Amino acid sequence: MISKLLHTGARPFVITCLALAGAAGLSLPAQAGVLPEDRADLLYFRYDGGGVVISGPSVLVRKSIGENVSVAANYYIDMVSSASVDVETSASPYEDERTQSSLSMDFLHGKSTYSIGYVNSDESDYMAKTMFAAVSHDMFGDLTTISFSFKNGQNDVFRNVKIADVKQNDPDFQEEMESKSYSVSVSQIITKSMSMSGQFEVITDEGFLRSPYRSVRFFTGPGTQATQSEIYPNTRSSNAGSVRAKYFLPYRAAVDVMYRFYTDTWGVVGQTAELGYVHPLNNNKWIFEGRLRHYSQTAADFYQDIFPRADFANFMARDKELATYSALTAGVTATYEFKIERFPWLAKGSLNFRYDYMTVTYDDFRDARFSFGRFGIPPTTPFAPGTEPLYKLNANILQFYVSAYF
Amino acid sequence: MRIHGSLILALAVLSAGCSSIEPWVKPYDRENLADPIMAYSRAPISQDFLDHVFESREGSRGATGGGGGGCGCN
Repeated sequence: MISKLLHTGARPFVITCLALAGAAGLSLPAQAGVLPEDRADLLYFRYDGGGVVISGPSVLVRKSIGENVSVAANYYIDMVSSASVDVETSASPYEDERTQSSLSMDFLHGKSTYSIGYVNSDESDYMAKTMFAAVSHDMFGDLTTISFSFKNGQNDVFRNVKIADVKQNDPDFQEEMESKSYSVSVSQIITKSMSMSGQFEVITDEGFLRSPYRSVRFFTGPGTQATQSEIYPNTRSSNAGSVRAKYFLPYRAAVDVMYRFYTDTWGVVGQTAELGYVHPLNNNKWIFEGRLRHYSQTAADFYQDIFPRADFANFMARDKELATYSALTAGVTATYEFKIERFPWLAKGSLNFRYDYMTVTYDDFRDARFSFGRFGIPPTTPFAPGTEPLYKLNANILQFYVSAYF
Repeated sequence: MRIHGSLILALAVLSAGCSSIEPWVKPYDRENLADPIMAYSRAPISQDFLDHVFESREGSRGATGGGGGGCGCN
C-alpha cells in the first residue's frame, strides 16, 4: 500500500533535458575553424541554499584525434539532500542522486566544424536522453562565425513513493516528455580588442511538464486552506535572445557584458544581465575574475501563490520558478596557473576556486511554513493563509576545480 | 515562386558582397583577441555547472551559449 509521497516540490535541480547538453561541457566550439584545445578538468561543487544541499564531482576530458577530430567526455554526479520550503510544508526530507554521462565529437573540415553529441541522465525518478548536432562556419576572413544547432531530448518521468517503508517508483505512474531546441548564433570580431556575439534559441516541450510531487494551495474558507496537485499545460514554447560583448583593456584585463531577453507561451518574461571582469596578476600566474549577474522575471499566467478555491482554473501552478521574482548573484574566481618541469607533456595546469553568492527575492511566493508548519508540525503562532511573509532564498555556491592542458 | 526568386537574388547579392569584404582586423592584429582571458568561458566545466544552477532555478532557459569568443586564429 502506498503510504505517502516521498517528497513534494522536488526536483530542485532536475530540468529539461535540453539543459543537460550544456551541463556536459559540450558547448559549441568558439571558432569553427579551430578545434578546442586538449584539456582535462576535475570539478567539485557544492550548492547550499533554501534547505537544499547539492554537491558532487564532474570530470571533463577533451582530446584531439588527428588533425580534424576532437572528442569530449563528461561524467557528472548531483547528490541532493533536500528540505526545501516545498518539502517542509508537505513531506519528509529526502536524499537523491543524479548521474549524467555524455560524449561528443567535433569534426573540422576547412572553415567548418560539425559537432554531434549524446547525453544520458539517470536518477531514481527521471531519465533523460538528449542528442544534439551543430555546425559552425567561419567567414569574412575569420571575423565572423555563424553556428546552428539542434537538440532533441526524450525524458521518462516517474514518481517515487514509499511502499512498506521502501522507496521505489509508483507502479501506477509513468509519463513522458519531449524537448526540441533550435539555435542560431553569430560571433563577430569588432575591433582588435573587442568581440561580440548574439544567439537566438527556440525550445519546444511537449508532454508531462510539471513536478509529480508539487501542489497548489487554495482557500477552503476564511483563514483556512487545502492543497491539490498542480495542473500544467502539455506544451511550452520559448524564445530566448542574447547578446554579449567582451573588450580587452589596454593594461591586459578584460571586461564583458551580457543581456538576455526571454519569453514563452506560459507568460513568463525574463531578463538577464551580467557584467564580468578578468584581471591577471604576477606575470600571469594568478588570474582573478569578478562577476555580477541580475535576473528578473514575471510570473506564468497560471501561477498563483494561493488560489481562491479548488479547481479554480484549467491550469494551476505554485512553482516558485514560475513566480515573479528577481535574483542577484555575485561571484569571484581565483586561478593559479603552473607548469611542472618533470611533465613536459603537460602544457599548463591550473588550480581554481570560485565562490558565488545568490540572493532571490520573490514578489508573489509566500513562505507557507508560517501557516502550514514544518513536516506536519503546525507553527506556534500561525499566520492566516495568504498573509505569510514573502519568501527569500540565499545560496552559497562553491566550486573547486583542477585543469590540465596538454 | 516570387519569394523563391527574391531569396535567390538576395543570396546572390550577399555572396557577391561577401567576396569583396576585406577583414578589417588582420590575423596579425588579433593578439589581444587570442589572449585566454578573452574567452567567454575560460572553464566550460565550471560555467556549465553554474548554467545548470540558474536554469534549474529560473523560468528562463536557452541562449546561454554565447557562440564563442577569442580570435579565430590558428
